[in-house]
Amino acid sequence: MISRPKPQKNRLRRTMMFMNAQKPGLIKDAYIYGSDSIILDLEDAVAENQKDAARFSLYHALKNIDYGNTEVIVRINGLDTPHWQEDIRCVVAGGADGIRIAKCESAKDVKLVEEHVLAAEREFGVEEGRTILMAALESPLGIMNAYEIVTASPRMFGCAISGGDFRKSMHVQIVKGGIEMLAARGQMLLAARAAGVQCFDTMFPNIDDMDGFQAEVMQNREMGFDGKSIVSPKQIRFVHETFAPTKKEIAYAEKLIRSFNEQADAGVGVYTVDGKMVDIPFFEDARRILALAKACGVYEENL
Amino acid sequence: MINAVGREIPDELLEDGQEVYQGKFYMDGKYVKKDSPRTKRYEKPLESKLCESIREACEKCGAHDGMTFSFHSDFRNGDYVASMVAKVLVEEMGLKDLTIAATSLGSAQDIIADYIEAGKVIGIQTSGVRGRIGEVISAGKLKTPAVIRSHGGRPRAIEAGEVHIDIAFLAASTSDYYGNAKGTGGKNNCGSMGFAVPDSHYADHVVVITDTLVDFPNLPATISSIDVDCVCIVDSVGDPKKIATLEARMTDNPRELMMAENVANIIASTPYFKDGYSFQTGVGGPSLAVNSFLEKHMVERNITMGFALGGMGSAICKLQDKGLVKKLLDTQDFDLGAIEHLATHPEHNEICTSQYANPSNKGAYVNKLDFVVLAALEIDTKFNVNVITGSDGVLRGAPGGHPDTAAGSKCCIIVTPLVRGRMATVCKDVVTVTTPGDCVDVLVTDYGIAVNPLRSDLIACLDKAGIAHVTIESLMEKAYSLVGTPDDLEWEDQAIAIVEARDGTILDVVRKIKPLQLD
Amino acid sequence: MEIQKPALAGTLESTDAQVSVEPFAHGIELSIESSVMNQYGRQIKATVLETLERLGVKNAKIVVIDKGALEFTLKARVECAVFRSVGTSEKNIPWGGLVK
Repeated sequence: MISRPKPQKNRLRRTMMFMNAQKPGLIKDAYIYGSDSIILDLEDAVAENQKDAARFSLYHALKNIDYGNTEVIVRINGLDTPHWQEDIRCVVAGGADGIRIAKCESAKDVKLVEEHVLAAEREFGVEEGRTILMAALESPLGIMNAYEIVTASPRMFGCAISGGDFRKSMHVQIVKGGIEMLAARGQMLLAARAAGVQCFDTMFPNIDDMDGFQAEVMQNREMGFDGKSIVSPKQIRFVHETFAPTKKEIAYAEKLIRSFNEQADAGVGVYTVDGKMVDIPFFEDARRILALAKACGVYEENL
Repeated sequence: MINAVGREIPDELLEDGQEVYQGKFYMDGKYVKKDSPRTKRYEKPLESKLCESIREACEKCGAHDGMTFSFHSDFRNGDYVASMVAKVLVEEMGLKDLTIAATSLGSAQDIIADYIEAGKVIGIQTSGVRGRIGEVISAGKLKTPAVIRSHGGRPRAIEAGEVHIDIAFLAASTSDYYGNAKGTGGKNNCGSMGFAVPDSHYADHVVVITDTLVDFPNLPATISSIDVDCVCIVDSVGDPKKIATLEARMTDNPRELMMAENVANIIASTPYFKDGYSFQTGVGGPSLAVNSFLEKHMVERNITMGFALGGMGSAICKLQDKGLVKKLLDTQDFDLGAIEHLATHPEHNEICTSQYANPSNKGAYVNKLDFVVLAALEIDTKFNVNVITGSDGVLRGAPGGHPDTAAGSKCCIIVTPLVRGRMATVCKDVVTVTTPGDCVDVLVTDYGIAVNPLRSDLIACLDKAGIAHVTIESLMEKAYSLVGTPDDLEWEDQAIAIVEARDGTILDVVRKIKPLQLD
Repeated sequence: MEIQKPALAGTLESTDAQVSVEPFAHGIELSIESSVMNQYGRQIKATVLETLERLGVKNAKIVVIDKGALEFTLKARVECAVFRSVGTSEKNIPWGGLVK
């Protein structure tokens, strides 16, 4: 049994790759592909009459595979199904890092899951509070309740929008440029930032449309997402490259930090860099950028 | 007797001067008296050599029980000719006790498996044993042990007289009525016909079989009319869809791309990667991807490839068109783009298997190779490679040019996933040795890179370039930790195939597998 | 555990195994077919028997059609088939206990 480090709420999650828990031949190599997180799916990827089999597969996949530094999240079935309670028992007993709550619509949903997770941690001798949570928002109500959802539990590390179900309930189609999802993405991002948790965009299903995929990823980045759900290893590289700070951003951040260190020694709090006025929030952001750059492997220095 | 790669070779195979493998350049410097064919003199002028049917050609060439006949495999999986001829000999003419000496055999020749089972074909000499033929030989149905040779070992054996071909049946895309034949200009083109050339010089009789008759003289020609007895026209020499693909595509599998990128980085770290370097091309798996990653390094360092050697696809032809490769030395073509390119580009040259890889001539082109990137079914902790038997012990692959290029090149890199399903690629001992470990330099897997300890110079190159590597033992342990340590296969005594090293010594023997019986 | 009705788990896809169980009166009757029989046949048999013993199954007819499943996949399929045959595969599985 391979022991796993304690799950961290705040870690790199540029890519969260969906995988079928019943395909161990693919899962065992998940960490080679280099995705930051993987999501083992008990929900949509598993047929209704195979939910029990998927759990057995999942339990053993959690206990026997070495995932390296890749985080392991499990998507459990919705709270309107008869499966989610046993899913939670299996996931916690198996030692996954976290749970993705599908079709989450309210703080009540989160608290219900949290209650069962705690009970399972006690039942199976897992450190209480170890298992972290994220919410998948798939409906208008879920998006509207985003802030209460992400603040409903200290275990919550982020929220994601699930485009397929969401678009259906909004009576819209996929549109180039993403305007049909604009309001929802924006609202979710506001909620996540206000709550200090992470925010992830929906997956892009058409693996062969690289141009469309790349356009969406760049928009995700510009809007401020922390990461994106992906469905194929082919999508990993571009997301990682796009979400890593650019050389230009890193250079500017370094400049800010260096100047801050100098000015702080001289007792100055607000001044100009490159003709722009900068103050404390700029420096905090600069530090965040350098930390992200380091985690992405594109920055080696020690500022 | 135990040979230099630790394999037990039965003494009964070591008669008539047959030796066991004793190291990669054991035969260097020795002399050989070449064999020669017994050919008919056609002094009286013939208007044409065209025959009404394949049968007529066979009768004219004295086809008889117990003879050895040969084919070439430049038409690959689309070839019709080998099966057509075998059918005529066995079913129409009722011949038996036949030995087939082909450059390779695969599923396109499945019908020969029937003839083996019926006892009509009693000997097989080949590189590839894919498809039913491999299964049937593994089941012990062939009366004499099959002889497996590399692309370079075959012409060596033919020239030395170890294989004497009675009739060579050579499929060609075009021929004139006199027998000048080649692989371009017809209905079904294969491009290079390099595999067929040694047969045309050493067989007692040569029959050219084509579906496109062209005007005399069909020059320049790969097969020369002075070596040809008969010419037959058939409807089709092969299935165009299976002879060559539209365009051999590079993999987009992220795992294979990752390994290919690592291979390119390793190549670029060696001192052999300089202007004018040479590279063995192929079309399998990551080979095309390696070329595409190398392109970046070549442009960065302003390096061009001196020559590319081996099987050609559109990708390498395009590199030549871009001016990044000077010459292409072509033994076979994989896609239509390459076939067309061969016919038109002046520096894209056809070569035969002897020029390519024969170890007993005065210097084959593999001796000038810098890099070769190869796949493997298995590789063991001594870097011995197996490309012929699956880990279930059944014949299913082909050495091809593997042993030749590994021996001749300065840097031989094997690239393969660590496990395939529940089969460990990196293992303790390979089931069959087809390329000895002293010819294999680097292993690249999806779980790490290992360098043969014999190459401390390459270890230093990788270290200097910051390319991490591990021991091959640790890769084996990782493989077994994923799939479980397999039980050893059990074998009967009967040897069903002999694997010859390229120099003609015996490298290994494949026995009949004893299936596991659970009580 | 006592096998009560016939049950099946798993598929014939590559790297999976299909396991079927049936009630049987006289001990364990096990038959195995595998794409990697020569290399792993013995280990497959051992894994299946060990899993049945851990689950306390003393009487059953089991047929395994293996397509190169890794050991823990095989275990998962045997366990699922057994629990299905008892009708208790959906809830309150003894994770970490009988299922290990």
